[in-house]
Amino acid sequence: MEMVCIVCPNGCRLQVEKTSDGVNVRGARCKRGEIFAVTELTCPTRSVTSSVRTTVADYPVVSVRTDGEIPKEKISKFIRLLSEFTLDKKVPIGTILIKDVCGTKINVITTTEME
Amino acid sequence: MKYDIVVIGGGPAGLAAAIRASKSASVLLIEREARLGGILKQCIHDGFGVVRFGEKLSGPEYAHRFIKELRQTNVTVSTFSFVTNVCKDGCYKLTYVCRDGVRTAECDKIILATGCRERTRNGIFIQGDRCSGIYTAGSAQNLVNIMGVMPGRKAVILGSGDIGLIMARRLTLEGAQVIGVYEAKPTPSGLTRNIHQCLYDFNIPLHLSTTVTRVIGSNRLEQVEISRVDDKMRPIAGTESIVNCDTLVLAVGLIPENELANDLSVRVDPKTKGAFVDQNCHTLTDNVYACGNALHVNDLVDYVSESGETAGENACKPTRERKLVPVTTKGKFLYAVPQMLDVHSDVGGVITYFRASEELSKQQLTVTVGGKEIFSKRFAKLIPPEMERVVIDYSQADLSSEQIVMELKEW
Repeated sequence: MEMVCIVCPNGCRLQVEKTSDGVNVRGARCKRGEIFAVTELTCPTRSVTSSVRTTVADYPVVSVRTDGEIPKEKISKFIRLLSEFTLDKKVPIGTILIKDVCGTKINVITTTEME
Repeated sequence: MKYDIVVIGGGPAGLAAAIRASKSASVLLIEREARLGGILKQCIHDGFGVVRFGEKLSGPEYAHRFIKELRQTNVTVSTFSFVTNVCKDGCYKLTYVCRDGVRTAECDKIILATGCRERTRNGIFIQGDRCSGIYTAGSAQNLVNIMGVMPGRKAVILGSGDIGLIMARRLTLEGAQVIGVYEAKPTPSGLTRNIHQCLYDFNIPLHLSTTVTRVIGSNRLEQVEISRVDDKMRPIAGTESIVNCDTLVLAVGLIPENELANDLSVRVDPKTKGAFVDQNCHTLTDNVYACGNALHVNDLVDYVSESGETAGENACKPTRERKLVPVTTKGKFLYAVPQMLDVHSDVGGVITYFRASEELSKQQLTVTVGGKEIFSKRFAKLIPPEMERVVIDYSQADLSSEQIVMELKEW
């Protein structure tokens, strides 16, 4: 099957074939593309970026992201979790807001420096 | 105050230019908004810095790395400041409005890092009512990611450029219904990975060769009329259909911001719509440099920073008389930057960016000087949305012929 690697802006077009002893990937310009193809076939994951609301002046919302990739099917549950969260003080960039999101061992970190 | 260099714009290009220039010059950085970072502040999605840092950062994180570095320099930063006038009277004199009132600054050199602007409804002539609910993708992004406000609940997105695709995903995640992304061209404009991770992941349909031909709504947008277009992108009569929505997001292209460049009589390339420059980001107006998206619209911020550094680095060097030789393009180029070489300065590793004018496969880029080949590279595929970058070494070439040709042809 055909697949487009989303790891980097190169967007390599991958030809992926399931074989008896695993997965055969062609068209990847780097190793990460091969890993992507295998994960995409078994358990597709995504890193998610969004924002959470705050009560801090000048920052109605602050941007956040997962510090790794979470399974695709958990994205909507994750987004609901974020919508219930309110940040009530200034925190430095990279602060963990929520630990172990939906049992994935992945954390939510802030990505904006609140000056 | 008198500075060696004034950098206008505190986005990725301006930050990189100011940091680099500060190593051997006094620098004033002027930024219109309250905070540095430019458009990166609102680009909270990840994918920034893959080339430069080998990491997938979000926009604010990418900007933060440069802002942190800038704080270690002696660059004077003036935020909330808008340049209203530039004139030349021996040196350059700038007038800018800031919280303290009207201020002036003098400098020997100016670096334009003013970024680009979005095309609007007027830029693409959409007929219809004058209702609310029509946003450019950037303003919708600002509302959601900075102000924390939803622009609407049921959105149609026109334009498949990266910002349009990213906003389709962003609005979906925030609970809006995105009915579809419509694109007048027969091929998508954004990066392929964004088509996949922003649209296909969320089952958002992409309609090619289709555009919005009318907006309908008494106060708020209620409907848009969609039409198929022919191969010249003209709407085909009889193919109209109505889509109910309360929001239209326009992601229909970016144009370098040239207002100050025009005041400085900087010559603009009709292909890039940014300044003509040599390999040092030096425009045809002496001592005025241009970089980043003000020079040509990039798809990767890494290259925006790179051109900022080129401008910053070279603006520090003492002024010498230039000898400019045009770089002629042959074949299916949309554009190539730099458009000329200053053969009196370093011609060693000339970073050259280019785009093909249409989707091409098996292309060979050849650079010749006076008919003699000095560089060639093969590309399996070239598409207009994806900019290419090559480094060309002209140092061994005999530039006295003044004939530099970049050619694209099939191999």
